[in-house]
Formats: sequence, C-alpha cells, structure tokens
Amino acid sequence: MKTESRLEKVLAAGHLAVTSEVGPPRGCGIEIVEKKANLIKDYVDGINITDNQTAMVRMSSIAGGVIVKQMGLDPIIQMVARDRNRLAMQADIIGAYSLGINTMLCLSGDHPKFGDHPNAKGVYDIDSINMINMVKNMRDEGIFQGGAEIKNPPKMFIGAAANPFADPFELRVARLAKKVAAGVDFVQTQCIFNLEKFETWMAGVVDRGLHEKVSVLAGITPMKSVGMARYMKNKVPGMDVPDEVIKRLEGVSKEKQPEEGIKMAIEQIQRLKECKGVAGFHIMAIEWEERVHEIVEGAGLYPRPEV
Amino acid sequence: MITAEQKPLQEIIGYIAPYGKILVVGCNECVTVCAAGGRKEVGLLASAIHLDRLKQGKTIDIKEITLERQCDPEYVEELVSSVGEVDAIVSMACGCGVQTIASRYKVPVFPAVNTKFMGASKSQGIWEERCQGCGDCMLGITGGICPVARCSKSLLNGPCGGTSDGQCEISPDTPCAWRLIWERLVELGIEDRYEELNMAKDWRPAGGAGPRRIIREDLA
Amino acid sequence: MENFEPEIVAFCCHYCAYTAADMAGSKRISYPSNVKIIRVPCTGKVDALHLMKALEKGADGVYVAGCLEGDCHFKNGNIRAKARVERVQKFLEELGWETERVTMLNMSAGMGEVFAKTAKEFTEKIKTLGPNPVKLRKTKAV
Repeated sequence: MKTESRLEKVLAAGHLAVTSEVGPPRGCGIEIVEKKANLIKDYVDGINITDNQTAMVRMSSIAGGVIVKQMGLDPIIQMVARDRNRLAMQADIIGAYSLGINTMLCLSGDHPKFGDHPNAKGVYDIDSINMINMVKNMRDEGIFQGGAEIKNPPKMFIGAAANPFADPFELRVARLAKKVAAGVDFVQTQCIFNLEKFETWMAGVVDRGLHEKVSVLAGITPMKSVGMARYMKNKVPGMDVPDEVIKRLEGVSKEKQPEEGIKMAIEQIQRLKECKGVAGFHIMAIEWEERVHEIVEGAGLYPRPEV
Repeated sequence: MITAEQKPLQEIIGYIAPYGKILVVGCNECVTVCAAGGRKEVGLLASAIHLDRLKQGKTIDIKEITLERQCDPEYVEELVSSVGEVDAIVSMACGCGVQTIASRYKVPVFPAVNTKFMGASKSQGIWEERCQGCGDCMLGITGGICPVARCSKSLLNGPCGGTSDGQCEISPDTPCAWRLIWERLVELGIEDRYEELNMAKDWRPAGGAGPRRIIREDLA
Repeated sequence: MENFEPEIVAFCCHYCAYTAADMAGSKRISYPSNVKIIRVPCTGKVDALHLMKALEKGADGVYVAGCLEGDCHFKNGNIRAKARVERVQKFLEELGWETERVTMLNMSAGMGEVFAKTAKEFTEKIKTLGPNPVKLRKTKAV
C-alpha cells in the first residue's frame, strides 16, 4: 500500500469503489459542507471537494477537505493548475497531508474566462501531468519538485480526470497512458452518457494493459430533467449526450423526469459493472446529493465494504 | 512580427492636450506591416488630431516623421534636429521603440499604439499570436506548433478535457493547439512522440528571472 | 446659419460616377454647384488620408462615388474605398464629429438621375449638419 487512503484500500481489496462530490460554498461557514457530506457519507469511499470549479471562487478544496476530515470521513481534495504555481501547490499539499488528507486529484482547471474573475491571470505554471509526477516524487522519492529533500513526505493517493469524450478521440487512450507514466493511481472520468463510446475507450485502455496500473472510476451523473440533458449536450464542452438520452427523458412527464434520471444512472452502473477495467464509480450529483444514496443502493453497491 | 493596435483617439488626444507643438513618429517595420504605426498611419493620426484641435478653435503644430526602426539608438538619433522644436512626441512604434525614444530625449513621449503580441499573418489583415518568447523553444519536438503560445493554458502535455470539435474551450474560433500538434505529429509519422513526457517548464528564460538581456561578446 | 452653402468634395471614379455626372450634365439634370468633383481612375485610388485632409482643409462634406458593387472596372476598388470610408467614419465618431459628413455612394455610368439626386440629397444633409467645425474657429476668432 502506498498510502493510508481508504479509496486505495477498497480498490486493493478488489471491491468496486464509489466516490462522490461536494461543491463548497461561495462564502464562509462549515454548515453547507457538513450538510452535503452527511447526505452521502455512508454510501461512498471518498468525497471529492471541488477546487474553484468553473473558475468561480469558492471555499478552497483543502478547507472543505479539512471540514470533511473533522467529521471522520474521507476527503479527496482537488487541485487545479490554474490557480497555483508549483511552490503554492507543494506548500498546500504538505499542509493538507499534515491535516489528515491523503487523497488528491490533479487537474488542469477550467479557463478563467468561464468564471467570475475573467480578468485574473491563469497561473498554469505546471500542467496536470507534471503535477501528478511532482506529487508522485514527493511521495515515493521524498523530494520537492526543485530536488530538495522533504522532511516527512506526504503520502498522497494520486488521482486525475479522464475524458473519453473530448476530441480527438484517438488521443484519449494515449493521454491516459501519459498520466499513468507520470504516476497516477486512479482516474475519475467525465460523466458518461454515451456508453458505447466509453466502452470503446475502455477496450483501448485494457488493450494496453493500463487498467492494471490505474483504477478507472466511471463518472455517473443523474439527469434531473430533459432541460438539464439538453444543456449538457449543447453548452458544456467535452460532453457527449446521445439523442436517446434526451428522447427517453422527453418520453416521461416533467414530474417523473427526476425518477427516470435516477433509473438511468442505476442502469448505467449496472451495465458498466460488466465492463472490463472499470474499478468503480464517481457519482456527480451536483446540488442533488440527497439522491446519491438511492443510486448507490439501487446499483447494489450498499453497504460499503469494511477495509 | 510584433503586432500592435492603435489606441483610442481620445486617449491619445488626452495625452497631448497640454501641448501645442508635437512630433508624431512612425516606424517602418512591424507596425507598418500590421498597419498600426507606419507612415500612412502617422498621416492619419496627425490629420485626426488636427480635426480635433481645429474643432475646438485651437491650433496645433504637428511634425510627421517615420523612422526605419525605433528600437535602435542610431535611428532614433535622426530625430535630434526635430526634437528641439517640439513639446511632446507621440510614438506609433511598439513599446520597445517608445522606450528607446524616451531614453534619448528629455521631451515627454506618449505611445499611440497598444503593443499586443508576437504573431504571424494568417492572411491580409489577420494576425495571430504565435510566440511568447519563452526563451527555450520547443518547436522541434511539437511538430512546429507552440503549446506555450497557442494553448490557452500553456499545457506542455495537453490537451485538457475541454476540446470541442477540435477547438479550444475558450472560443470556437481558437483551434486546440494540442489537437494541431497531434495532427501534425501524425502527418509527419512521429505520433509516438506524443507520449513522451515534456517536463515542467523552467520559466526563467521566459522572463521569470527578471527583465532579460542578450550580450554578444563578439559584437558588443 | 441661414445662408450656409456647403462645400462638398466628391471623389468620382472615371468609369461610373464621373460618367454619370457627365450624363446628368448632358441631359440637363441639374445638381447643386456645391459639389466639386474630383475624377479618379477608380475609387480604390482614394486613400483614407485624402478624405481626412479634405475635412482638415474645410470641406463640409466628402463623398466617394464608385461603380455598383460587383461592377468595379478594377474588380474591387470600390470595396476597398468603402472600407476606407468606414475607417474614416470611425475616426470621426471617436473625435465626436458627425459621421454623416463622409459617405460612400455607388452607381453605374448611365445613372445620370441618380448622380444628380444623390448629390442633391447629400448637399441638403450637410446643410442641416452645419459648417465643418474647423470653420467655426475662424468665426470664433472674429
């Protein structure tokens, strides 16, 4: 075992892992994080706390992670390349680990243009792949990116994002291979609606034996409404929502759409359980955390295993 | 070339408001090519300033000179005979030229253009950013396409997950640099290059270590 | 100013607008004598600076008259002229001048009536705008 991460333990024991996420508030106070974490705590092996998602300022992922840790739960912090240079990243990583955080995601970060401070300078000192490599060397070699020794190095379980749906498609397996070579332990994919495409990507991943080096957690997002489905199809970059999904939601009344969305999420999980190389699921139920338990239970993933 | 765009007229007029005799200096190189500060633009700016002053019932004396370049002291020296007669200089060159003039003459110097980026022409009238002067050119390993200047996040191991129809998430008009790099590597038959890890950039040659300079011992 | 007679400068291309002006003359269709015609081989020869200088020297209105779009004798000289007129209009807007003082017109060689009509309309328009602000300086000085 490389770390104390519960996620690592669950995966090492051969179980399908489940993670979900909590978006921290756009203001101070611990209540919102506690409330959301409480809704999902028994149904997941790790709770992601996003990092200034869509370039909108929120409570920092590390602060949110500490709140979750203090509740006795398992935080997964996220760190984007957009907001910190390598000094700040490493300082935050050793600080976070010292406060009990042992799992983190290394991401590029949405461009500042999308957020509430488009006039800010995006840092982008190092990219997500170099960040992965940096955290791996901090953990396994005990050295900072600049080469000096770390007193008491952080043992982080390292994650990243993977998007099988962005283009060009031919690149997407090679990109995962790059992250694996850099030292990533697990990836959480972009939410999946086009199952065929995802399965094609997974076949490419398995073909190269990458599934044995990295644990792939398939991203699942339940649709609340057909409006949400259309928005994600047309307005969100890198998202692939097939017409069948829209049609299925159009086929039920507005009041029944949320139920249908939850049903579809459960069906997706059931199907992907059979997909070779899938090591677990990352459920992104944005502002809908109260339904996560239904999805986990409905997919036969409750209770979470003892490790 | 270095590209630039003329500042709003009111801003330039604001700078020279206190002065009755000015010199407008153009540059025959980069700003001529991007039609921002060459001889023609000097003429147009002088004319516009005249129209503005005349409307106010005031006069202004404007000398118009276009130098071969403004970034070499030898060329800037050519203004010496004209500077004595003016109260202010408006330079239509890039920031390099404006500063060279300012370092030589005790007269106030004002920029008439906003210097933008190092770019190349796509076609007439269209210039695009190509280089950010990072001081450690990696074009040899990215198929001739620069990820520092052309990727919105300067990723050295891109693309990120935001590519949409081959374009960058920030705009459908901006190609994803890494998609371009990938296509070029494929075209050249060297797509294996893609999986080699490009190490974290040393930003010192890019200006991270302070204002840069080059000294050629054999020439200096 | 009640007796204001504007001075209008019209850059007319040899192949179309100038010929149209000629036709107006031969058909005895009158147009205001305020309009001073400058013949150019093609409106593409007219530079933004010519328009600016005309205004600087006191012209109350300036127009560029070329062939109909698509029919320019030199292919797209009239298109370039239009772009330059628009550029000058943008300068005028930034300077707080009336952008209507400069405009682009298109007509074919046979359109004598059009030449006369547009010359008249433009002159009337400039009358309502008043004299070139440059001239006010001279009256102010008095």
